[in-house]
Amino acid sequence: MQKNPLVVVGAGQAGLQVCDSVRKGGYDGHLVLIGEESSLPYQRPPLSKKYLTGTVDEQRLTFRPVSFYEKNQIELRLNERIEALDCIKHNVIFAGGKTLNYEKLVLTTGSRVRPLRCDGADLPGVFYIRTLTDARALCQRLAKVDRVAVIGGGFIGLEAAAMARELQKTVVLFETTEHLMGRAVSAFLSDFYAELHREHGVELHLGCSVNRIRRQKNELVLETETGTEHRADILVVGIGVIPNVELAENAELECRDGILVDEYGRTSDPDIFSAGDCTMHYNGFLGREVRLESVQNAVDQAKIVAGNLFQKGASYTAVPWFWSDQYDAKLQIAGLGMSHDEFVVRGEVKEEGFSLFYFRKGILLGADSINRPADHMACRKILENRIDIRPSEAGDLNFDLRKRSKIAG
Amino acid sequence: MEVAVQNDVAGIVAECGGGCACATCHVYVGNENRIVLPSISDMEADMLECTAVERRDSSRLSCQLKITLDMDGLIVDIPERQS
Repeated sequence: MQKNPLVVVGAGQAGLQVCDSVRKGGYDGHLVLIGEESSLPYQRPPLSKKYLTGTVDEQRLTFRPVSFYEKNQIELRLNERIEALDCIKHNVIFAGGKTLNYEKLVLTTGSRVRPLRCDGADLPGVFYIRTLTDARALCQRLAKVDRVAVIGGGFIGLEAAAMARELQKTVVLFETTEHLMGRAVSAFLSDFYAELHREHGVELHLGCSVNRIRRQKNELVLETETGTEHRADILVVGIGVIPNVELAENAELECRDGILVDEYGRTSDPDIFSAGDCTMHYNGFLGREVRLESVQNAVDQAKIVAGNLFQKGASYTAVPWFWSDQYDAKLQIAGLGMSHDEFVVRGEVKEEGFSLFYFRKGILLGADSINRPADHMACRKILENRIDIRPSEAGDLNFDLRKRSKIAG
Repeated sequence: MEVAVQNDVAGIVAECGGGCACATCHVYVGNENRIVLPSISDMEADMLECTAVERRDSSRLSCQLKITLDMDGLIVDIPERQS
């Protein structure tokens, strides 16, 4: 008898990776990938980067052509929204009421943008960057305006600000906290980036909230908490994301700022797994639970889920990594260095390239590299294999990091 | 790299989507002597030190090789793994 399908809900980076990996792993049963958006699964990282210049053909963003889904017998159901799960009957319930029975279910529902909450937040001219539709609308508008305001000094806001500057727009950016990318990088690096953006002509307002937005003729007027007013043609909001846990929560799966999964990607229901932005997961490398919004996590966790759906496979121990492009500075982050008690600088602190290595009690936690990809890759290997390295070594340009990264851990 | 991914060539992973940030689109260029390729940037050179299988003289990251008409006949080999 034909078994019920493996159903994957959410056709982003993690969802596609689950499908790709189960097929590569030999699963030959019925496989259904369900996505809400109308386009073929695509890469999101370029949306806040090169895509905004208007020179990137949208087709180049798609991960795989239609033929990939045909060849791998992945039934791709786009433009379809799942409204609810029935874990008892093993059903996913579509908007409109149709149901689909699953043998195993994977939730790769991702995250959505955190909406700005202030007067005028929904005025025309206010943009977010999450989906291709969002980015397309912004890109088209961006080409026709001169003054761009950005709310949010995280990766999305800063990448958008950098692209707007490259397009010669006037840019003003507001960040509520004192630090850019404050959740992800050290104050030291944050200060370097503040300087970098100022040098490139961005008017930065740190520790400054926008309280109200109003529309006056053809422009937006942003009022800050201190009562100053700033005028712009459009506003880009990048103030973080919210994990899409509602399907899981309503089905009474355990959730805690994310769908709770163990190191094998299992939720509290034995037949339901989850991967990507939407999960609060246990990572064996970090030795704790974490929720990560990154391509690396989507890909690596999806592979773990694929390996554990039908048998016991490997557990999740991947070293987190991340990247961001702003102007000519390619930032690469290895590990999670935020809980450091000491850091060393490798190289000279300038845009041409340097790295920061973070330690806690003498143990390496991670590194942020600017235009130093070899440092980044070496750091990932050192972390992965738990190789000893002293701060004095990491900070010495004459010390051969690559050689150290290749010794057995 | 994009052409490989769009045509579903197995063995090109390209986790970073062509950003010269992950070294998972490593290829060996087979007949590089006859065909002129764009030169290797410092960034690519650094990343080539970090490939999953050994770097050879013919190693390149395929995200940095934009295909042109002049490259007609180019042969590349894909390493056994990318990570």
